[in-house]
Amino acid sequence: MSALLETRALRKVFPLRLGLTSRVSLVAADDVSVEIERGRTLALVGESGSGKTTVGRCILRLDEPTAGEVLLDGEPVTGLRPAQLRRMRREMQMVFQDPLDSLNPRHSVGELVAEPLMLHGTVPRAQIRAELEDLFRMVGLGPQHIDRLPHQLSGGQQQRVGIARALAPRPKLVVLDEPTSALDVSVQAQIINLLRDLQAERGLTFLFISHDLAVVNLIAHRVAVMYLGQVVELGTTEVVLERPAHPYTRALLAAVPVDHPGQTRERIVMRGEPTSPIDPPDYCHLVPRCPFALPLCSEVASELVEVLPGHATRCVRYQREHVNGSWAPER
Amino acid sequence: MSAAALDTRPALAPRRLARAGRFVRANPVTSVGFAIIGLLIAIALLAPLIAPYGSDQLDASSVLSPPSSTHLFGTGTYGEDIFSRVLYGARYDLLIGFAAVAIGLTLGCSLGAIAGFFADPVDEIIMRVMDMISAFPAFVLAMGIAGALGPSLRNLIVAIALVNVPVYARLMRGSFLVVKRSQYATAAVGVGAPPWRILRWHLLPNTWSPIFVQATLQFGYAILDAAGLSFIGLGIRVPTPEWGVMVSLGIEQVITGQWWVSFFPGLAIAIAVMGFNLVGDGLRDLLDPRRS
Amino acid sequence: MAAILEVSGLTAAFPTPAGPARVLDGVNFQVQDGEILGIVGESGSGKTLTALSVLGLLPAAARVLGGEIVYRGSNLLALDRRAMNRVRGEQMAMIFQNPRSSLNPLYRVETTLAQVLRTHRRLRGDEARRVEIELLADVGLSDPARVLRRFPHELSGGMCQRVMIAYAIASNPRLLIADEPTTALDVTVQLQIIELLARLRQEHGLTLVLITHNLSVVAELCDRVLVMYLGRIVEEAPVLEIFDRPRHPYTVGLLGSRPSVHAGGSLRTIPGQVPDPRERPRGCAFHTRCAFAQELCATDAPLPETVGDNHVVECHFWRELA
Repeated sequence: MSALLETRALRKVFPLRLGLTSRVSLVAADDVSVEIERGRTLALVGESGSGKTTVGRCILRLDEPTAGEVLLDGEPVTGLRPAQLRRMRREMQMVFQDPLDSLNPRHSVGELVAEPLMLHGTVPRAQIRAELEDLFRMVGLGPQHIDRLPHQLSGGQQQRVGIARALAPRPKLVVLDEPTSALDVSVQAQIINLLRDLQAERGLTFLFISHDLAVVNLIAHRVAVMYLGQVVELGTTEVVLERPAHPYTRALLAAVPVDHPGQTRERIVMRGEPTSPIDPPDYCHLVPRCPFALPLCSEVASELVEVLPGHATRCVRYQREHVNGSWAPER
Repeated sequence: MSAAALDTRPALAPRRLARAGRFVRANPVTSVGFAIIGLLIAIALLAPLIAPYGSDQLDASSVLSPPSSTHLFGTGTYGEDIFSRVLYGARYDLLIGFAAVAIGLTLGCSLGAIAGFFADPVDEIIMRVMDMISAFPAFVLAMGIAGALGPSLRNLIVAIALVNVPVYARLMRGSFLVVKRSQYATAAVGVGAPPWRILRWHLLPNTWSPIFVQATLQFGYAILDAAGLSFIGLGIRVPTPEWGVMVSLGIEQVITGQWWVSFFPGLAIAIAVMGFNLVGDGLRDLLDPRRS
Repeated sequence: MAAILEVSGLTAAFPTPAGPARVLDGVNFQVQDGEILGIVGESGSGKTLTALSVLGLLPAAARVLGGEIVYRGSNLLALDRRAMNRVRGEQMAMIFQNPRSSLNPLYRVETTLAQVLRTHRRLRGDEARRVEIELLADVGLSDPARVLRRFPHELSGGMCQRVMIAYAIASNPRLLIADEPTTALDVTVQLQIIELLARLRQEHGLTLVLITHNLSVVAELCDRVLVMYLGRIVEEAPVLEIFDRPRHPYTVGLLGSRPSVHAGGSLRTIPGQVPDPRERPRGCAFHTRCAFAQELCATDAPLPETVGDNHVVECHFWRELA
């Protein structure tokens, strides 16, 4: 198996107590089974409440999954005891969304990037400084930045530090949680180029969490679209963005603002707001809002089914009605 | 092309004196506070050298005499020189302040850190115990502890320290709850740091700031508590030149017109408390790493 | 069309230990009645501060060093506080980036809305109620009566933004300034808000100034665009012109650094980052990052030159670069 990362039916539920007696379950992620090949990037795409960040955190066990398994290079990550887990962390790192908040304000950025090196003993003490200079240079910073405090750097520089820290222990997998959302457009472009270069040079494997389909288009090989905790579509970037197989993906694409004032795009209106993630039904979660919903959709359990090689969707209608990847329903 | 970071460190550390001068100009109020505390510490250390008389020295010929050139602050009921006793008193009150705060802070912060870091059920247990302690008015509780232990300097310090433990515990726990949620705390878990390292290296340095501020303010209260307890006889015994005791000794004399016996020690208390309060106000800004 | 707002020579600075940091450096532009004007820039461009200056909401520490802001004949900078309050309520309104933190969490929607109606339109009681429901329906909220009873934290991000827009238009302003109104929202909600703003311009004749760093939102909504860098407007043109024939290297860089859903390839980036306003470069503010900078650019600040129809740019070498 060449998949570096594999999740099987990953599920995360938060028990909530409303009032004194009623208990409900908030399903943040459900039945998430994805794979990432070595050296490739899988994007988890969705809006707020989709569960994409939850999945990223569960994979790294920064939150504990309620059910399901995570395998890194064939080795189970779920089920490890704390000390084993800490050792395993060397292989899987995270880059966070808010660059400033993810760096401890009381320590220099050099100390923060050196921490994984010291914790895992990958580099002898005497060589840590040299290693830091290498890492900083790799992400486009200079040795003069090593002793700075986080707030003394710009947003883009802070995020580069975050990337350096994630790459310091030479992990197999890097999870990036909206790494460019908090940055200016031109800085975002620099970071995206940096990530692409690093992946090409070092064969890194990325799980890229984002709500921005344009960024995903540039950096991901495969895309998993998430809605209310479930993966609703899974396939290569090109196919998912050009020939989407799920109404939600189509709606997301339709909502992306145009690149140029002269362009028009398909208009898909999804009524209302996302439904509640509390005690969700068995059938497709999009039914209350989907412009293509039929009575059938509320009667059948929705499963992620591979409809074409390497392309899976949860849409029941698509599964039944598509002809060789084409589906043109009336509203 | 300059890589224009938002703040650049100077290549050489500027001379200390110049920095001190800038500090005073930028923080006049806090500087006054530091000056007062510095003065008090100096007085406490140098008391034997600068006090004109011994703290127990009695001059039977000038009992209850008003301030004069020979007795700057006048004399008390037994002919003791108030000025010298105020100077020596600095030793006791500063000691009480520092010791009570140090003990209370250490104990309180440890409990608060444990409560905040480990959350329920440890959190519940510790905080409810803290609630029980703070259900008593602080001074009443101190009275109770000091009364039970017996009047002495050591017991006075213990009583004041214990009474203030919940304050620190609550502050520290609150700080911990906040920093626990930060992304850098999550990042620390992510790089594989074990819990003790996270607590010590990542979280603790970010929780100190409100504690220090509170500690300097508490210092003032500690002195007041000590003065109060000694005043009612539960603290230090009479001949010891502690400011609170001195105030209590002079109370009856105020009615008969010899105001100086209570006034000067009282003034000393007020100045000391003010000094610490002024420092406390400015301390939070000073401790913010963003001001480096 | 007449210009309802004219800003000329607006200059503002923040005092810092290292001397005043000039954050607005001679900003000049006009807003035509009924148009949607986009102000585009990144951090440090001064776009938000420009908007706050117009509304008289600059932070207390900022100092306006010069310039005029003329709204329908009166210089806003010369007004006293009471007069400015009236303008702010009845003529102009502003909506902000993070809707949930811009709404007072202690009050229900109806309470704040009623206050606006009472102050600026002298409405009370049943009539106010009727108008409140109308407003919420106008901004696209279904079941306005229920939303009125809600607290901000009970509403989603999109709903909060709609509520904020409702507050803003409640007093029937002529000019609405929107500062990054869609940045904090999900993309499907963003689209709804964009359509709402377009519709409001259509139906209410509202003039809209849209501040954003997102050029795609500008492409969707704006008639004309100003591009700002380090406190100056470096390019100004109708929206099609800006996208088809950008003349300033910074504008070109911004357009080129946008990822697209349908096109691939590497992104062209602008090297370096925005300088600190305390270390403003001499000459052309952009020259430190400009691939085409010449000696002249480091010494002389370029003046605005007309490039085409309503198209103005501040660059010494725009002809050579075209």
